[in-house]
Amino acid sequence: MAYTPNSQRVAEEMLHSIGLESMDELFADIPREVKLDQLLNLAPGLGEIELRQYMQTLAGRNLNVDQYPCFLGAGAYDHFVPAVVDQILQRSEFYTSYTPYQPEISQGILQAIFEYQTLICQLTGMEVSNASMYDAGTALAEACLMACEASKRKQILVPETIHPEYQKIMDTYSISGKMNCQAVPGRNGVTDVEQILALIDKETAAVVLQTPNFFGNLEEIERIEQAIHQQKGLLIMVVDPISLGILKSPGEYRADIVVGEGQALGNGLNFGGPYLGFMASSKKYMRKLPGRIVGQTLDFKGRRAFVLTLQAREQHIRREQASSNICSNQALNALAASIYLSMVGAQGLRMIAERCHQLAVYASNEFAKIGLSLQYDQPFFKEFALKVKEPGRVNRLLLDNGIIGGYELEDALLLAFTEKRSRMEIDRLVALIGGVEHE
Amino acid sequence: MNIPENLYYSNEHEWVRVEGENAYIGITDFAQEHLGDIVFVELPEPDTDVSAGEQVGVIESVKAVSSMFSPVSGTIAEINEALEDTPELLNEDPYQNHILVVRMSDPDDLDALLTPVKYAQLCEEEERGGK
Repeated sequence: MAYTPNSQRVAEEMLHSIGLESMDELFADIPREVKLDQLLNLAPGLGEIELRQYMQTLAGRNLNVDQYPCFLGAGAYDHFVPAVVDQILQRSEFYTSYTPYQPEISQGILQAIFEYQTLICQLTGMEVSNASMYDAGTALAEACLMACEASKRKQILVPETIHPEYQKIMDTYSISGKMNCQAVPGRNGVTDVEQILALIDKETAAVVLQTPNFFGNLEEIERIEQAIHQQKGLLIMVVDPISLGILKSPGEYRADIVVGEGQALGNGLNFGGPYLGFMASSKKYMRKLPGRIVGQTLDFKGRRAFVLTLQAREQHIRREQASSNICSNQALNALAASIYLSMVGAQGLRMIAERCHQLAVYASNEFAKIGLSLQYDQPFFKEFALKVKEPGRVNRLLLDNGIIGGYELEDALLLAFTEKRSRMEIDRLVALIGGVEHE
Repeated sequence: MNIPENLYYSNEHEWVRVEGENAYIGITDFAQEHLGDIVFVELPEPDTDVSAGEQVGVIESVKAVSSMFSPVSGTIAEINEALEDTPELLNEDPYQNHILVVRMSDPDDLDALLTPVKYAQLCEEEERGGK
């Protein structure tokens, strides 16, 4: 990105044009004690050749998933991103457009968002999707607020099998006093259904279930769904969008609100962000959905056109009564997800999901052959926790051998398998871990 | 401006018609006129308790979103479900189409409401105030 500071002469001209003599005058309102009264402590400038060499040396210290096979997941996954995604994404019409503040003039971006919403509805089996949130964690916290607003209750039951980062975001949102998260300990790597059933009552706004959960295990939904709906509370589901290629959709489970991390859909790992939270609900709650929603209509000549709709939910209309302060979305990431989903198609998504699952099953069998076992005896999709003595040591050894290992749990390593992995890579992984464990 | 004689009125432009222990509650002609075309009415859950002044619903029009408050305390006995699909009934005839019915726990709440004459004055003041 080009950064060209103003020359001294231009800066002076600009100051004079507003009747000021110096930069100090411009910043007169900033208290003296917070101003830096010395030059920044920077090394002298470098020539272009030296600068490039220096930056390349720094960049070379990063490890990336193109060089090393990656078995790390825990919420962000190394799925394959077809070249066509970037090819379309980097068209400047999409790349440079900001969230539409004068929306109806931006028909292109509105249509892109509308297509995204349609795909998310098809994927989740829900009726309404918003234009996306920042990431799965914020989408989940917003879903909880939404459930509290809709049920006029405050208590959210949160099994501890939910991603720990999402739990932290929910706790932060709880400071508002509008919601109250009650953590419920898990059992053998899944939600303790009996305990949740015993806790659901007329005060429960919602139960949150993540499936596959943080440990990769699939949760039992049906009994909790029945119990929470009997008490007129809501079921919030957090799902892995890739898993929906083969698993029953949240809509079929009768979830009220569905959220998830959309990074897996055509978005790179991006050093942790920007990501994409998707969020959908049943029609009953569409007026409580936070964020933007694009609708389809006809213009005055009867042609198909797109608008921002149901805006009465938003803070600039509803003021203090708005249920959320989010009036933006992750349009570019959402577009990547749309391109990805329309390229792979329903059949392709199913094949990708099956491939991930088959590789994970293959790996668990290979571990079993050498006497290593999983932490939990549960059905899983593409990720599982492998019992190891010293997860940190195992990871270091893997890295020394050119493999990015798993997420370190207590006495276990959480390993993820995407369609990018091969049996050969898994065989190496198993041999290396087996070597450390059997020392 | 239509202000029927047989009703109680609130400062929030709601009317109350009393039938036994039940208070039928709707919005006034003045309210519907100022809101413009009503496109959505969010109704409360029946059987919930409300106290006077508490928010019980939301009325969304093409111009604005307004909260609706219960002028009396009690239990929500009934909601007008027809409004879920045809909210425009409130524009067509605001006095024939109630929004909800509250079984009153304290009929003294009615004493705090406005008479038709007082309510007409309120409307006139708000008109002059440019609201």
